[in-house]
Amino acid sequence: MKTLVITESDESDIRLGSLSAIAFAQSLPEAQLDTLCVADVFGENPTADSHAAVIAAAVNQKSYELVVAAATTYAKDVVARAAGLCGGSMASDVISHRFDGDQLLLDRPMFAGAVTATVTLSSIPRFITVRASAYNPVERSIVDNLNSLDTESLDVDYSDVPCAHWKSLASRASHRPDVTEAKIVVSGGRAFKSTEDFERLVGGLADGLGGAAGSSRALVDAGITPNDLQVGQTGKIVAPDIYIALGISGAVQHLAGMKNSKTIIAVNTDPDAPIFSVADFGLVGDVYEVVPQLIAELNG
Amino acid sequence: MKILVTCKRVPDTDQKIHVKEDGGGIDDSNLAYVLNPFDAIAVEEALRIREEYQTNDEIQIVAVGVGVADYESELRTALAMGADRAILVESTAIMDPWTVANTIAAVVARESPDLVLMGKQAVDDDANQTGQFLAALLQWPQATFASNIRFGGLGLQVARETDQGIEEIEVPLPAVVTADLRLNEPRYASLPSILKARKKEIEIIAHADLQVDADPKLEVLSMKSEISQRSCVMLDNVNSLIEIIRP
Ligand SMILES: Cc1cc2nc3c(=O)[nH]c(=O)nc-3n(C[C@H](O)[C@H](O)[C@H](O)COP(=O)(O)OP(=O)(O)OC[C@H]3O[C@@H](n4cnc5c(N)ncnc54)[C@H](O)[C@@H]3O)c2cc1C
Repeated sequence: MKTLVITESDESDIRLGSLSAIAFAQSLPEAQLDTLCVADVFGENPTADSHAAVIAAAVNQKSYELVVAAATTYAKDVVARAAGLCGGSMASDVISHRFDGDQLLLDRPMFAGAVTATVTLSSIPRFITVRASAYNPVERSIVDNLNSLDTESLDVDYSDVPCAHWKSLASRASHRPDVTEAKIVVSGGRAFKSTEDFERLVGGLADGLGGAAGSSRALVDAGITPNDLQVGQTGKIVAPDIYIALGISGAVQHLAGMKNSKTIIAVNTDPDAPIFSVADFGLVGDVYEVVPQLIAELNG
Repeated sequence: MKILVTCKRVPDTDQKIHVKEDGGGIDDSNLAYVLNPFDAIAVEEALRIREEYQTNDEIQIVAVGVGVADYESELRTALAMGADRAILVESTAIMDPWTVANTIAAVVARESPDLVLMGKQAVDDDANQTGQFLAALLQWPQATFASNIRFGGLGLQVARETDQGIEEIEVPLPAVVTADLRLNEPRYASLPSILKARKKEIEIIAHADLQVDADPKLEVLSMKSEISQRSCVMLDNVNSLIEIIRP
């Protein structure tokens, strides 16, 4: 299957999620992969309108049957638009797949993860975004052996299509890993009253464990944490080895983003909090008392 | 100026969703339905734009739904919140985001709005595709996951929520903008406006009359419920917790 994998990178290297997208693509029979690295190809105006036009041109001119990317906000924005330019055959957030004869069956969550649907896409080219947390990433070294698509050779003209203009990105510098890339994620909920408290307690415990700090929607809405920390149905999806939920009630929308973590630990003052029903270990207690003790022990 | 706002009818997220025994779909016998929360945010934003920017040039807000006759109740929610008109493209057919986007594109051709505001995703299928498909079909610029919208520059200044932080883009009109959670907090309609909305006429268009040529590309074959298999060990002190998390 002639496949184009759209990859993203941070300052230094290809993102872990993109390595999972490659893993998905490689697992398909007769996989024939090209990659398109977003940062290398798209320069001056990184908006969906122009990027999608390039991807659509690649699909049309190089006859790709399949376009794959990790389900990031970039892919949700750009790859979905490219799919719209190429006939609208798209499945998002795929978590597993298999074949029934030569029919590709794709599993994807619906209703905030309460339901898994098995779907098929009837027409080619197909566009698929996969949940990074559901596919083990390939080794980074594999990427160098993959052919990267030469976009110079494409005939792309979107000059008569009105495009949005990129102005700025307010990216918060952090010494911690992204929640989607860490083996341990410590997340805080409404229990935390301020950014300082969150930093000291959630951030402090994350640092002690070498992990990432995440949060529920409640703290993002309150302006206590930035949007890119939000875990959940409409935020980031994580499945680390250990997920520690501190003062998070466990609303379905939050669970949708973390319930596939290997080990889930919850600390909450309310013994009936729904988070305990998806946790492996629970402690009834006040995070303002429990967390300082944990940090002290880890540093001691 | 005209703003088109799309409205989907979805099961209320506060109830448990069960799959039918044969896996053929969700059990909808006792479900309560609401306007998709992200669409409610889109409606609210249209209202705020009208409140803030309306001058002599009137701003008209048109709510559009694509689906079964029951969609009327969610369109009435939009009317009660303050939309001027509502259109239901009625169909009992199974649709995917592609069919819906093509249908809305046909409505756009009839209504010629300057802006289409949509929710970034519907909380039933969680697809997050329809807005992007529509923008592609119309060849309009798109601004997805908006957390702030202002008029200015070439058209709109939009702040977008991305995995890396908040991105600012400038979007010429006409455009498709999809709403994220933090764009606003939707108002509740007052009782008088709910009563008034009940009397308003909803324009019904039979889906066949739009002559949309777009069969669904995504077929749902089966569904299954996801139930947590975990049982929680309750710890009685902080020390036992340390033993578990210590690297
Ligand atoms: C369309 C839609 C999309 C959504 N998407 C998301 C999403 O992506 N991610 C997300 O997280 N939410 C999402 N939500 C919101 C979700 O429904 C919940 O409102 C939210 O997750 C609640 O956050 P919380 O658990 O921090 O707060 P709360 O529900 O208020 O819970 C706070 C918890 O902290 C406990 N607590 C309080 N003080 C202490 C203390 N001192 N020590 C210990 N425990 C304490 C309380 O007992 C309680 O259980 C969405 C909602 C909607 C409608």
